[in-house]
Amino acid sequence: MAKPLVLHLLLLLICGSALLSSGSVIHPISDAHRSAATELFVPAADGSFGSLEETYEALRTFQILGVDRSSAKFEGTCKTVSEKLSSPTTTKDLYHALKITAILGCRTESIEFDGITSRLQTAVKDASSLLELYYSLGGLLTVKEQGKDVILSDADGTFQAIKALSQSDGRWRYDKDSTGSSAFAAGIALEALASVVSLAGSDIDQSKIAVVRKDITKLFDRIKRYDDGTLYFDEKNVDPDQYKGPLATSASITSGVTAFAAVSSEKLNIGGEKILGLAKFFLSIGIPGTAKDFFYQINSLASLENNRISIPLVLSLPATVLSLTAKDQLKVEVTTVFGSHAPSLAVSLLKVLTPDSKEVTSFEKKELEYDPENRIHFLDLSQLKIDVGKYSLIFKVSVNDPEGADLYATGDQIIVTAFLTGFIKVDKAEIAVSDSDAASESVQKLDLSKNSLISLSANHLQKLRLSLQLTTPLGHSFKPHQMVVKLRHESKVEHLFVPETSSRQYKLVLNFLGLVEKFYYLSGRYEIELAVGDAVMENSILRSIGSIELDLPEAPEKAAKPPAQPVDPLSRFGPKEEISHIFRAPEKRPPQELSLGFMGLTILPLLAFLIGLLRIGVNFKGFPTSAVPATFAILFHGGIGAVLLLYVLFWLKLDLFTTLKALGFLGVFLLFVGHRTLSYLASTSAKQKTA
Amino acid sequence: MAKGTNDAKLLIQSLRKAYAATPTSLKIIDLYVVYAVATALIQVAYMAMVGSFPFNSFLSGVLSCVGTAVLAVCLRIQVNKDNKEFKDLPPERAFADFVLCNLVLHLVIMNFLG
Repeated sequence: MAKPLVLHLLLLLICGSALLSSGSVIHPISDAHRSAATELFVPAADGSFGSLEETYEALRTFQILGVDRSSAKFEGTCKTVSEKLSSPTTTKDLYHALKITAILGCRTESIEFDGITSRLQTAVKDASSLLELYYSLGGLLTVKEQGKDVILSDADGTFQAIKALSQSDGRWRYDKDSTGSSAFAAGIALEALASVVSLAGSDIDQSKIAVVRKDITKLFDRIKRYDDGTLYFDEKNVDPDQYKGPLATSASITSGVTAFAAVSSEKLNIGGEKILGLAKFFLSIGIPGTAKDFFYQINSLASLENNRISIPLVLSLPATVLSLTAKDQLKVEVTTVFGSHAPSLAVSLLKVLTPDSKEVTSFEKKELEYDPENRIHFLDLSQLKIDVGKYSLIFKVSVNDPEGADLYATGDQIIVTAFLTGFIKVDKAEIAVSDSDAASESVQKLDLSKNSLISLSANHLQKLRLSLQLTTPLGHSFKPHQMVVKLRHESKVEHLFVPETSSRQYKLVLNFLGLVEKFYYLSGRYEIELAVGDAVMENSILRSIGSIELDLPEAPEKAAKPPAQPVDPLSRFGPKEEISHIFRAPEKRPPQELSLGFMGLTILPLLAFLIGLLRIGVNFKGFPTSAVPATFAILFHGGIGAVLLLYVLFWLKLDLFTTLKALGFLGVFLLFVGHRTLSYLASTSAKQKTA
Repeated sequence: MAKGTNDAKLLIQSLRKAYAATPTSLKIIDLYVVYAVATALIQVAYMAMVGSFPFNSFLSGVLSCVGTAVLAVCLRIQVNKDNKEFKDLPPERAFADFVLCNLVLHLVIMNFLG
């Protein structure tokens, strides 16, 4: 049984290694994300999603994805939030509450914005930590966006305060006293600085902004990369409770950098390649599992969708498995991260590589045609004369408008794995039984397209030969992932063989003389099954091609027994074999008449006793004559009789406890009565003696 | 030979005469003992014939006979006026003991009879 397991493992390894080398498949945000969002963010009855922060994250995600937020539940949220705004709360809560109000479009007449603004401005002045500054500045910016007049008193000073917390390597500290810095904090700081610039207008010195631009460049030096061009931020040298993980860190920096780029008059010195790498990172997550991760992903992609540095464009294939038989076309989609339409582009297929990185030389660079209706670039494969197999397709995307080339990040070379499947022809399939000296052969042609079964017979001195050829649609010789011939005996014992390949042919030769021991000397009918399979083979074969009657010699004494076939695991719950109990044979009893006879015989001594008593001359003279003693005497004898009767009842049906209870009562009675009688008798005999 | 049998006859006759002199109450007790032993012997003969299953019943039967015989012998010793040892024991008291012991014996026997 080990052989099929080994083969399957081998197959898995091949597929696994192939998948790993090609990198993750990237698709833009689609409806699957929208439905996942509605499933993941489930509001409670009062319209909140937990804390204020969580509610904000949920609503922001819904806003970006275009999920309906007009449900009646959220009216309650508006109310709770406006209550929060009027009561004294932390700056963080104020920030989130203001954001929620903005997203839901709550009625703002009842909200006292002046009070809130003054609270936030005080918070900015008194802030000691980066997060305080971030929340208060963010809150002020939200209020400004609502249309209210907001003035930041000391914009320069605030800018300076934030900048003071920066480190030389581009990271930021959370406050003056903490020693550890983190890239996550850097993202927060950049967003806070952007808020300051938006609030202050033209008051901020441009040189200061230039310094921050340099900081950003240094920060981006710390970016990490995967092999397929995905870029992300992660940091290992922070405290364990400060560690946020690559998604949160990258999300924070993306939001910060895009916010700062929006307020910076000069363009940031970050290449479009880095933006595209970050976009790929966020998209490669697929659909996140937790609400927080979902928010980070969607929020970051939203910042990237409309950022001022360069907008990433994503190339994706709706189908990666293309059939030559069905004449599938290679279809390619280029969209923004949210699936929105890209500008006019030219997509060209540069190279086609085989799995061992060799170029398919017959292929020349081709530009894909554009279908404006479906907004898809396509290419007809049948004219390319590419054979079946697994390929890495290398694309290049270029924006048609030369000015627009700067605005968009398309990446250099985009590598996508695709499978080209087709119909594999089976030729010259033959099965033959020959004698050991290869003198004569009885060849039978196999037609695997029909359902016919062949039947052969052989003895242990003969050989079996099976051979066939596999050809691809383009006429080349094909080597499948898996080709196995199985011989199964009537008793379900199986043997597997792998045909050898040579030039164009697959051949299996079974010399039964050498296989007699392997077959456990089992003669009889063996069913022959052929399995040919491959990832790109559309007509994989798994069928029985016939049977062979094998005549093997008798097994010697010491031969190995065939392995036990697996028992149906459910059979243990079936009926079990019946148990025949062996009871103790009852003792031999004597015949009834004998027992009864002896019972009668036992009565005889009693009769003899009574007769003897009469002979001796027993009399009742001693029986008391006067009333009271007589009664007692009668009761005494009666009592003894009652006790004896009780014993008989005890033997017949009573149990010991009842008997003892009754005996207790009778015994007491008997003692009393007996004492009276016997003392009376004693006194009369004493009187007689003295008299 | 003839003298032997003669002597045996004489011996038996003298025993008979002496026995006739015993008081009636003692004779009653002797008869009771004989009765009890006879019953026991019959039970043993039955067991010899049919085997000892069930053994507890056999023991119970035989021991009840033997026990009551023993108690009767005790009663005889205590009631006998010629017995100096039990001179002060009133015979009614002895009889009361006999009855009580018999009742206990028979309770146990009935329990063991099964």
